[in-house]
Amino acid sequence: MANQHHPTPMLDELENGPWPSFISGIKRLRDEHPDERIQNMTNDLLGQLEHSYETRKGYWKGGTVSVFGYGSGIIPRFSEVSKAFPESREFHTVRVQPPAGNFYSTDMLRQLANSWEKFGSGLVTFHGQTGNAMFIGVNSTNTQAFFDEINEYGWDLGGAGPCVRTGMSCVGAARCEQSCVNEQRVHRTLLNRFTDDVHRPSLPYKFKFKVSGCPNDCVNAIERSDFAVIGTWRDDIKIDQEEVKNFVAEYGRDKVHLDVINRCPSKCMTLNEDNTLSIDNSNCVRCMHCINVMTKALSPGDDKGVSILVGGKRTLKIGDLMGTVIVPFKKLETEEDYQEMVELAENIIDFWAENGLEHERCGEMIERIGLVNFLKGMGLEADPNMVNHPRQSSYIRMDEFDEAAENYLRHKMEQRQAAAG
Amino acid sequence: MSQPAMRPPIESGCPDGFQYMHPVMRRNFGAWKYHEHPRPGVLLHVSEFGEKIWTVKAGTQRILDVFTLRKLCDIGDEYADGYVRFTIRSNIEYMVDAESKVEPLINALEEAGFIVGGTRNSVSMISHTQGWLHCDIPGTDASGVVKAMMDELIDEFRNHNMPNRVHITTSCCQINCGGQGDIAINVQHTKPPKINHDLVANVCERPSVVARCPVAAIRPALVNGKPSLEVDEKKCICCGACYPPCPPMQINDAEHTKFAIWVGGNHSNARGKPTFQKLVASGIPNNPPRWPEATAIVKRILKVYQEDGQDWERINDWIERIGWPAFFEKTGLPFTRYHIENWRGARNSLNASTHIRF
Repeated sequence: MANQHHPTPMLDELENGPWPSFISGIKRLRDEHPDERIQNMTNDLLGQLEHSYETRKGYWKGGTVSVFGYGSGIIPRFSEVSKAFPESREFHTVRVQPPAGNFYSTDMLRQLANSWEKFGSGLVTFHGQTGNAMFIGVNSTNTQAFFDEINEYGWDLGGAGPCVRTGMSCVGAARCEQSCVNEQRVHRTLLNRFTDDVHRPSLPYKFKFKVSGCPNDCVNAIERSDFAVIGTWRDDIKIDQEEVKNFVAEYGRDKVHLDVINRCPSKCMTLNEDNTLSIDNSNCVRCMHCINVMTKALSPGDDKGVSILVGGKRTLKIGDLMGTVIVPFKKLETEEDYQEMVELAENIIDFWAENGLEHERCGEMIERIGLVNFLKGMGLEADPNMVNHPRQSSYIRMDEFDEAAENYLRHKMEQRQAAAG
Repeated sequence: MSQPAMRPPIESGCPDGFQYMHPVMRRNFGAWKYHEHPRPGVLLHVSEFGEKIWTVKAGTQRILDVFTLRKLCDIGDEYADGYVRFTIRSNIEYMVDAESKVEPLINALEEAGFIVGGTRNSVSMISHTQGWLHCDIPGTDASGVVKAMMDELIDEFRNHNMPNRVHITTSCCQINCGGQGDIAINVQHTKPPKINHDLVANVCERPSVVARCPVAAIRPALVNGKPSLEVDEKKCICCGACYPPCPPMQINDAEHTKFAIWVGGNHSNARGKPTFQKLVASGIPNNPPRWPEATAIVKRILKVYQEDGQDWERINDWIERIGWPAFFEKTGLPFTRYHIENWRGARNSLNASTHIRF
């Protein structure tokens, strides 16, 4: 027989209004789910949540829970008010790695739902801010059982704590013409190289990979990941002049000037007298704006690759950091290309594991030691694409300037020779 | 005595995504030509081979119960082709291979109470964090804030009324897991932590807590004969960073945990480089169950942006054009000394010019 329902006058207010209500969903589990365990668990969950709403405080504390063989993947939650709400006293979240791009078949979602209601609360989120499928609410015993069951049919845990975290990728080449890279391959190649570092936290702090197919950066990789892989291209934007003319015919020349030509950040576009478009591609910064507006007329070029930026993160501890360019352009076609990308990630993680302080993100370490020391550790050469502008302060020693300048010029010459074949 | 054998994990890592893609996506992977927006909530992508795929996007409650998840699957089986994906803002997307399937799919979703929209220049679903439902350090309940706010922004989700897309985020503490947003509604603590000195020695690893403080305001101390920690309250910026590693340093407070609103965060490289959000309002009550004060300010900012922004301007582009004084003037929000940066790099945010609009 089910426990008496906790009164939830404040939460009930969140059942009003047209947007779907998560409170109604939790109540459905309490009232309609056939399993008494789920009824009682969600009843006490609602009770604790109402208590939070009344007192304006949270009542969960962390702990140490994992599955056999791993040290991460579970977010443990124990209630601090379990006397009043005993059935949800252990309410851990299981973080599960989704495929790149968050694709699912309905069959697979049903299978996951079936496993989840056998062991957990019946609540799930697709996805958390790091990118995990979040199975919310399971006790310590059932955590292992749920993992064992879904692990058998292809699902593995994501990271939690100081480790490589679950990655995130945009929809990408699967459904977007703007994609410049095989996000599926980049994502799986990187993440599955570091499976051990996902499951067994032993790094200074978290390390996130994100992959966006183009500079629109739909997964917020520059700002939200330690290692951002962003698709881009080196050759000319492709122009379908007939579609340009159609666009001008539909919207008028003034609108094209307002919305496209004038909004180009490097002012590299001209709308010609005959309603065709010219682009000074050597001055295009690959911002994507014109391509976003004129989806039929313009598209990324064919010489595709990626830019890699390192060190993005949110506020804790030194304030928000965007990732910064360390590889302006890299082709990703051959097995060796992918291998070089993986080696770069390995070098970065090794260097950071060695030099980062406890709880210091990679970007914070770079801030502390300076980009130049980081580049030296990576064996990367300085490149003007890495900065907004050269240094402003004259307070620096220039001991080996001549040698560095010679290296740069020799490197440029080698590049020219390589390009000339 | 033998223990039951534990099952070793299969370390399969990230699964193969192709197995869960709609067959039209698999066939046309990397070969898409262009896209169109037939109507709000719907995308049409056309491939180099002439194949087409329609996407219908819908908002949900994000915290899904298995009944709702199965309902979404039922709709996917009956009206779509059995394949879905989730956006990073937790919208669900159904993909179908024929235009004739779009209308019935939209009707089925709306009849079941889901909201079709969130494309192009709409206000998409608010990306948010766990809050009181599951987090160990939350100052508020993001799910509740978002539900209350989306009730009021539902028409902006359903329609393309904004100059450009609007991404809103919420966070339940100053770590801001919700991330950068065109508009961000984040908890802002306003008082230093209250320390339960009886518990510190047993619960907290004191050196890590000291190291965690961004302004070096925490030091070890003996309090009532017990090893504990003390906070220099003049230095303390009330960020709450000490609370996760040391829960006896209680930062959340029914009265003093407020909301702040930030605008102009933009992750895209389109037009300008990506930007961080900037503080525009603070001291907003953390007022469950429906947080009307926060919603009112968000709606006010959106209204001014909608009226004053030009096509394709994100909120940061719009403010860059009109200038910050005009933003505060038009929204009627007060500008105070607290809006002036004093963190590292602060001088870069000061106006070292005579560029002033009159």
